[in-house]
Parts: sequence; C-alpha cells; structure tokens
Amino acid sequence: MDIVLEQVEYRYAANSPFEKKAVEDVTFKIPEGQCTAIIGHTGSGKSTLLLHLNALLKPTSGTVQIGERTVKAGRKEKDLKPIREKVGIVFQFPEQQLFEETVMKDICYGPMNFGVSEQEAKKRAAFWLKEVGMPEEVLGKSPFDLSGGQMRRVAIAGVLAMEPEVLVLDEPTAGLDPRGRREMMEMFYRLHQERGITLVLVTHSMEDAARYADKVVVMHKGRKVHEAPPRELFSDTARLAEWGLGVPEVVKFQRMLEEKTGKAFPKVCLTMDELADMLKQGGESL
Amino acid sequence: MMEKMIFGRYIPADSIAHRMDPRAKLIFVFAFIAIIFIANDVWGYVIAAAFTYISVKMSGLSLRFLISGLKPVMILIAFTFLLQLFFAREGNVVLDLGFIQVYEEGIRQAFFISMRFTLLVFMTSLLTLTTTPISITDGLESLLNPLKKIKFPAHELALMMSIALRFIPTLMDETDKIMKAQMARGSDMSSGPLKDRIKAIVPLMIPLFVNAFKRAEDLATAMEVRGYRGGEGRTKYRLLFWKARDTFALLSLVLLAGALAAFRFWI
Ligand SMILES: Nc1ncnc2c1ncn2[C@@H]1O[C@H](COP(=O)(O)OP(=O)(O)O)[C@@H](O)[C@H]1O
Ligand SMILES: [Mg+2]
Repeated sequence: MDIVLEQVEYRYAANSPFEKKAVEDVTFKIPEGQCTAIIGHTGSGKSTLLLHLNALLKPTSGTVQIGERTVKAGRKEKDLKPIREKVGIVFQFPEQQLFEETVMKDICYGPMNFGVSEQEAKKRAAFWLKEVGMPEEVLGKSPFDLSGGQMRRVAIAGVLAMEPEVLVLDEPTAGLDPRGRREMMEMFYRLHQERGITLVLVTHSMEDAARYADKVVVMHKGRKVHEAPPRELFSDTARLAEWGLGVPEVVKFQRMLEEKTGKAFPKVCLTMDELADMLKQGGESL
Repeated sequence: MMEKMIFGRYIPADSIAHRMDPRAKLIFVFAFIAIIFIANDVWGYVIAAAFTYISVKMSGLSLRFLISGLKPVMILIAFTFLLQLFFAREGNVVLDLGFIQVYEEGIRQAFFISMRFTLLVFMTSLLTLTTTPISITDGLESLLNPLKKIKFPAHELALMMSIALRFIPTLMDETDKIMKAQMARGSDMSSGPLKDRIKAIVPLMIPLFVNAFKRAEDLATAMEVRGYRGGEGRTKYRLLFWKARDTFALLSLVLLAGALAAFRFWI
C-alpha cells in the first residue's frame, strides 16, 4: 500500500488568531515495502505531517492518498477505521497512552477495537511483547509499575499488535539509553525486512536515517526541501547545515580522513562497517 | 475544537485593556458580576450589553473571535435557557405542547438568565484574554494582602491559582495528543452508540490524570529543591502601577451601577 501526499498544507486553528501554518505544499510518495525517513529541525512540521498518514488530521488543502482511499481537503470523510487499521502510528513518547490495568489488556486494546477476537488479541499480546524484548510475566502487571523504557516497549507492542501494513514512528527512540535505542531500531528494521512492513521513520538521528532509510525526506519550516537516498543526501554536508542538520559521525570521520590524506573516496560511507571495508580494499592506495 | 477554545487563554496584544493594572481588572470583573444582578428589565440588560460591548472594544479583540471562541460555553448557556424556559411556571401559558407548557415568566427568566450568563462569560474571558496568568496572580495576591493579618493564605492561594491557570493550555494540548494516540489505536469517540462513546473516554482520562499527578509531583519537587518557602519576606520582580485609566475604568462601573439602579427602582 503506497501513501501519496500531494501539495499537502495544514494550518492549526485555521481562521482564528491562533492560526499557524505548520505544513505547506508538501508532495512526496511513501512506497510500499520501503523505509522512508523524515528528518528536519524541531518545529519543521514532521509530526504534523505524520498525523496525515492515517487521517488523524485532514489537510487544509491538498490530498493524501492512502492505498485505495483519498483524503481530500474540505471533504467529509466517513469510516476512517480501515485506514487506521492499516497504518499504525507510534507517537512521540507513546508510554503516555497506556491506560489499562494490565499490560495484556493494554496491548489487546488496539486489536480488539479493530474487531480481533479476545482470544486472538491475547495471543498477539504475548507474541508482540516478546518481539519488543520484554519477558512474558510482565503481561499480568500494571503498565504503571514499569520503568519508562519498559512502558515505551509495551506501548509499541500495543501498536504492533494491530499488525498494520505501514508502521509510522515518530522519534521512537527519543529519551532511551544508547543500547535501548539500538535494540529498538534493530527490532523495527527486522520487522521491516522479514515481514515487508512499510516503515516511516521520523528521527533526529542522522545515523539511523543513514543506516535504515531507502529514502530521506528533509523538512524545513513546514516545507519539503529535499528528497533523496541517504547516500546522495549525506554527501552534501554544506546543504544540510543550511537546514540546521548534520551528517552521521562516520561521514564526518571520512571527510577528515579525506582531508588528511588528500584523496577523495569514491563514495560516502553510511556505516562504520562500510567505511572499514572501503579502507580495507583501498588500504594500499591511501 | 479544542484548539479553538479560548476560555482561560491569554492573547498578547497592546490595548487599553491589556495595559490596565491587573488589580483594577480584577475589581472591575468582580464588581461587574455583582452589578449585573441589579438589572431586571429589558433596558437594564441593554445597557449592560452595551457596556460589555464597549469593554470588548477596549480589549482590541474582535467580537466575532470571542463568540466563536466561546462556542462550547454557549452550548451550556443554551442549555440553561431551555431549562428555564420549561421549568418556570408563572404568568400566562404562552405555548402549550401538551406534555409541556411554556409560561410568560419562563420566557422572561430564560432570556434574562442566559443574557446575564453570557455577559459574565464575556467579561471574565476578557480578563483572562488580556491578562497573563502571572499578572492575574500578582493582582489577586496584592488585593488579598490585607487579609494576611487574619492568617488568610493569600500568597498560597494566588500561587495555586496561577499554577492551575498555567496548566489549562497544557492539559488541553495533552488531551488532544492522547485522543489522537487512542484514535490511532482504533478508539472512536465521535460515532457509534452513546455507551461506546462514554467507554472511549476512559482511555483518555486515565493517561490525562496520571500525567497531571506526575507533573504536579515534579513541580513540587522542582520548587522544593529551589528553596521555595511561600510568600514570607519575598520581594516582587514585577511591580504593579495604578494609573489614571484604572481609576476611570472603575468609575465607569459606578456609572453603570447607577444607571442600572435608576432603571430598576425609579423608571
Ligand atoms: N496542536 C497544535 N496547535 C498549534 N500549533 C501546533 C500544534 N502542534 C504543532 N504546532 C506547530 O506546528 C509547527 C510544526 O510542529 P510539529 O509538526 O510538531 O514539528 P516537528 O514534529 O517537526 O517538531 C510548530 O511550529 C508547532 O509550534
Ligand atoms: Mg515532532
């Protein structure tokens, strides 16, 4: 299922003194089965844009096509549930959405809202809790007795248990420790590769964008200013700086190396492993 | 709807009302609340409405904006109107629907009470729209200061109020956020049978309360570690200045009271 945004504009509190244009003239496509990263400075409209991907917001102008359905500005939409079932969103700080007495019930909430039987939902809860790296005995506990990081995992399991076709992640690792971050991103990426889930990832980490994305969309002041595969994007350091963004550490390192040796590498390396390989191959010539 | 609601918000601007001393504004609004009860006939309410209109003009806000922002409150007012209409039983029957009768007095009461309610809501909103929560608190504390002599916790009260006011927008934003998060998980608050809709409130209220308590605790800790210990011996960073316009504003209220009393008792 592709999601296509066309000239999407969104104004908060439209036609009031608080009116605030958060997103303007944004057009791009989120192809099925790919990982699309959205990066940009705080306040550039990333989160607002995400809310359009499962019709939680309707554009104030433009259209959003989600699979077969088209959400268009100014038109009343009915029965949005099928959209929300197919496109799951993990919000920023999702631990704030937990509310049930037990972890089990909380994870079952989403699936059961979409008509999954209780029995099946419970099975899914046990399965997805394990997938997010939590022990099974947590199922009977109150989510409010868990640590912040564990609550985050449970909340994510609650979205995954809906088994959406498209998984939208809004800074899913913000506030986690480095190891937790790594584990969580690897988990999402594994799901993406094994199950072909389409990923949309909003992130502040250039490393994550470089490592996982097939395509990176850059937002700046509510507009889409660039859209490119990570290798192309991160080869232009100066341009990224204009939008207040950096490059992954490994790219910085490569640039320093190039300066020191006076030799340009054939391509930008996006991960440490890639750089190591390239150095191994061209070791003699450097 | 949430983001359009203006009750309790502050709108920065530069108008006479914005520049007034918060003490004057507080006295003004409280006195207005008392004075409006003098009105008990059509002319009284016309004058009070005109007075409110002038006050709106002084705040530099547009009437249309106020009306659209106070829509949720208006629903409440409409409800009171209907309640009055059907339950006051004096005077002649004007309309007989069989199961329910509308009396003359009912219409009268319904109009007056909803009018009074509307004007009060407008005036109190003007106060919060033109005054930052912090200056409302400063003003209130300053006005209540004399009561400290009889051990009235003026400072604490003002502080509690300012914290409550400060967190209204935060809570609204949070409500919006959690509502969206639960909607993404298939909760449906806007359609389906009433029973289901009420059920859908639980996943919204619980996180909201949990967060509010957590935030209150964090705030208390933050205040304690910074050595907060109440108003005793505290000097003020923001000073209040009473100007001629503040006196004039209060004088205009005296005029209003006089005019309303004149209509009620002599004309
Ligand atoms: N509920 C809201 N009401 C009004 N303005 C908002 C709201 N949410 C976000 N904004 C504004 O919209 C802009 C984009 O915000 P957001 O989409 O959260 O950006 P990002 O996720 O990239 O940090 C910001 O200027 C922000 O202040
Ligand atoms: Mg954001």
